[in-house]
Amino acid sequence: MIQVEQLTKRYGERTAIKDLTFHANRGEIVGFLGLNGAGKTTTMRILTGYMPPTAGGGRVAGFDLIAESIEVRKRVGYLPENVPLYPEMSVVQYLDFMAELRRIPKREDRVDEAMETVHIEDRAESFIGNLSKGLRQRVGLAQALLHNPEVLILDEPMDGLDPQQQIEVKKLFREVGKEKTVLLSTHILAHAQELCDRIIIINQGQIVAEDTPERLNRQLAGGDRIHVMVDGDGTGLLDTLKALPGLTRVRAVRDGEFEIETTPGRDARPEIARVVVNGGWPLLEIHREALSLEKIFIELTKDETPAAEAAA
Amino acid sequence: MRNAWTIAKREFNMYFVSPVAYAVSFVLLVVLGLFFFGSFLGAANFGGAPDPTATIGPFVIIMLFSVPAVTMRLMAEEQRTGTIELLLTAPVRDWEMVFGKWLAAFAFAALLIIVTLVYPFILNQYTTPGLDRGALQGMYAGLFLMIAAMLAVGVFASALFANQIAAFFLSMGILVALWILGAVLQSANGPMADFLNYLIFSRHYYDNFLSGAAELQDILYFVSVVALFLFLATRIVESRRWR
Repeated sequence: MIQVEQLTKRYGERTAIKDLTFHANRGEIVGFLGLNGAGKTTTMRILTGYMPPTAGGGRVAGFDLIAESIEVRKRVGYLPENVPLYPEMSVVQYLDFMAELRRIPKREDRVDEAMETVHIEDRAESFIGNLSKGLRQRVGLAQALLHNPEVLILDEPMDGLDPQQQIEVKKLFREVGKEKTVLLSTHILAHAQELCDRIIIINQGQIVAEDTPERLNRQLAGGDRIHVMVDGDGTGLLDTLKALPGLTRVRAVRDGEFEIETTPGRDARPEIARVVVNGGWPLLEIHREALSLEKIFIELTKDETPAAEAAA
Repeated sequence: MRNAWTIAKREFNMYFVSPVAYAVSFVLLVVLGLFFFGSFLGAANFGGAPDPTATIGPFVIIMLFSVPAVTMRLMAEEQRTGTIELLLTAPVRDWEMVFGKWLAAFAFAALLIIVTLVYPFILNQYTTPGLDRGALQGMYAGLFLMIAAMLAVGVFASALFANQIAAFFLSMGILVALWILGAVLQSANGPMADFLNYLIFSRHYYDNFLSGAAELQDILYFVSVVALFLFLATRIVESRRWR
């Protein structure tokens, strides 16, 4: 559905994105993850036909990005960052306007449908300028869904939504993501992790990692981190744990609480539990936590770390 | 083309949501009313035929300043708020947007022009054998053409900026310059002066249209100004592609 190769965009001297090659299939939600200014918006503007790349190209919904831009735009729904809408129009006026530009016959009632999908039908007559950020976001979404596009491109779609709205919007994305191709950008890891089938991490205009959230976690984090808590101050336990094989790092967080990192691919929990119990320390808690994407992300987007090496 | 029409409809409706339309119409009609009243009284007291140009002259002068007010928002606001991004990621071509915006401004200005027809209509009631229809038609045809050209200049200026005030002053500057060029060039001659003379708005209007003689070259002049400035505006919108 989306297939781009070596997409490059330069603004004068500054290179916003460099040699981006990626794809997204039908029924897939792909997350574009990166810090502000990493090149997410530029990439999306190219994919939606707002501007062409300086070099490279690709196809969206079966049409060439540059030569068949109008055909691409007919098949793409776009929610730009900050949702620019006309404040002096009412919701229904605005959606009618966009529907007319998209040549949607009035009798198809797509405007009503789109408003229902994002639960904004009760505000149909309100002026957009009077709506809260969350409601405006929904109007933008309704606009993006109007023409039932094959591809949805959403720039920071969770921005400005309260937690309740975020849950609703995520549900909506999962729904539409079943039959459409969704490319969404975010700088919030949790959202990408929770929502996306695949994550593309972009830093300073280049892709630094691309995989499923689970695989990214495993592949990049290396191993697991195990927390152990015992009753009392756990005197002597630290040394006992350090004596165990296969642990890369053991440290005491505070009295009676320890953090252990292990090499990938092996679960050290049974062994640790046995040692603790056999040594007579009253075991209160033991749990494993996968190293979060957060950590990987920070690792990957560190300026001094050459991206490819960090990912390898 | 249909997109241009859709955009024009929206833009036209927006004129009546914003206070600009009302401010412009109010000022225009009050000032013209005063001029009309003065000329009408003058004709009544001192004899002589009331002259329909008594309101057309001031109308054009007011439009030099009103056109920028009417057009300044069109493109600048889209760029400032970023709504242009949603417009141009819909299947809309750049020129369709520019043309649609101009069309809306033209429809609004045409409305103002039509309202001013009330003055010659009143005059016509009080004069025998009535006003010279041919001259009046020429005047108004010329008015539509000239205002169309002025609006194209305004759309161009609005495309250059994301700031309405800047767009206002630039278009007013261009319009006033094209208007007063004649006074500056009075003593100049040579091909450059001829060329600049040709560019003067007022010359094309006052010399022929006002006397009711619509010349093809004057019509062509105004149509070319519209085409040129709308083309330039489109190029500016397109420039986002290679900036």
